[in-house]
Amino acid sequence: MIRMYAEIIRIRFLMMLAYRVNYYSGILIYSLNIGAYYFLWTAIYGGQGSINGFTALQMATYIAISWMSRAFYFNNVDREIATEIRDGTVAIQFIRPYNYLMVKVFQSFGEGIFRLVLFSVPGMFLVSLIFPIQLPGFGWIWLKFALSLFLGFVINIQINILVGILAFFVLNNQGMLWAKRMIVDLLSGLTIPIAFFPIWAQWVLKALPFQAISYLPSVVIVKDLSGSAFWGAVGVQAMWCLLLLIPIQMIWNKARHTLVVQGG
Amino acid sequence: MVQFQLLWEYFKQYMKARLEYRWDFISQFFTDLMSQAINLVFILVVFGHTQHLGGWSRYEVIFIYGYFLIPWAVFTSFFNLWGFNDKYIIRGELDRVLTRPVHSLIQVIMESMAPESLMGVLTGGIVMGWAVWHLPLDWAWYDPLLFIMFVLGGVAVYAGIYVALTSISLYSDSKSDIQPIVYNIGTYGRYPVNIYSKIIQFVLTWILPFAFVGFYPASYLLGNGDWKVYAMLTPVIGAVFFSLGLYSWNRGIENYKGAGS
Repeated sequence: MIRMYAEIIRIRFLMMLAYRVNYYSGILIYSLNIGAYYFLWTAIYGGQGSINGFTALQMATYIAISWMSRAFYFNNVDREIATEIRDGTVAIQFIRPYNYLMVKVFQSFGEGIFRLVLFSVPGMFLVSLIFPIQLPGFGWIWLKFALSLFLGFVINIQINILVGILAFFVLNNQGMLWAKRMIVDLLSGLTIPIAFFPIWAQWVLKALPFQAISYLPSVVIVKDLSGSAFWGAVGVQAMWCLLLLIPIQMIWNKARHTLVVQGG
Repeated sequence: MVQFQLLWEYFKQYMKARLEYRWDFISQFFTDLMSQAINLVFILVVFGHTQHLGGWSRYEVIFIYGYFLIPWAVFTSFFNLWGFNDKYIIRGELDRVLTRPVHSLIQVIMESMAPESLMGVLTGGIVMGWAVWHLPLDWAWYDPLLFIMFVLGGVAVYAGIYVALTSISLYSDSKSDIQPIVYNIGTYGRYPVNIYSKIIQFVLTWILPFAFVGFYPASYLLGNGDWKVYAMLTPVIGAVFFSLGLYSWNRGIENYKGAGS
């Protein structure tokens, strides 16, 4: 079983490798976004040394780290699932001897690893040449970040799967997918770190799963969290990983029994 | 005038097709609204931590954003060229267009327009109005006329750049990612350009002049004289870039050989 899924990761990785040229423009786009937010936040800081516990340097690092992490956790599984439901190929997937959703997860993981190695790492290097950012040297902190980032990936894909399988009930959910993407970018702390929202909004955002995708991993590395602060962050992420399984399983069970293949 | 009659006919057809799938229509509308709301949330949250962004107050920045939405909405309604390469080159629809006696670009524009995006003009107007409510603005009688000229100039800048980028497909049928790259540069024009480094300011002014779509005209309308000359140049820059776009399109059409078989 594990061998099969490992194979899925490998194949997707190789598939991505075949089209690697497409990723150079991706690095440029992410760098442009980092640049835009870098200048905005620099202007916001003005002369102020530190806002809400972030120094200007930490803020710049946060922007770079959170965008390059997005390259790893971001995927189009929601759209893939919705498309396969709409054109009916999902029916074929059901009779194959694997778990459809798990295959999607591992494919995206292969994709994520590809982008982490060939996109985020060189991108980070490029960005650190242009903008003043400060990354920690080699040490345990990178391992902690990797764990937190991985959990962020899992939560993101769970949310993607949830939105994707809603296509069983809402036949055309293109608009919903777009809206979801923008909401996740905002509420996950990618564009604004959660600590910068007004207090009441922070309460709401901390009760939602989105901050566990981007904000928590980025804070782990930018603020060099350790001890209970670190385990607290990872604990929240792990909790969401488990909690989100419930609605997915419920909707999935219901959906499989009410599957209507459109057209054909 | 034939063109306008055609535009009207295309519009009627479009509405019929669109209303057949009402949910799409509504969801598109809400998605647009959502993205605008999210950008506003960003500005509001940011001003929770500072009084000024590069010397601009909260409502001035909101005004600039609201202004930007108007040319942007007009542009996205009529120059919806994102899928051009797939639809017209790879699937060969351009061959059909070329056999008809109306300019190819006009046909392509009419076939791919999305007039529901014009709702953005209203949203932009409301956002601007909200900002103006809080700002001591004193407009002369000719400022509304200038406003219209600025908007048209801004639309022409965007249209020129995107028509030029789209016409790359006419020379080579391989997919290029240059459009999303330029789109992301475009978002720089929504904020005061004086917060960027000199190189970026230069690019946004002369190379990919997105500052003329949002910031320069809006700063004039806000009564700031520092960029007045640039604001007045908006229609000129628009005309120049639109001509460039049109020129590269026409050359591309002459050069177009079809995508095989």
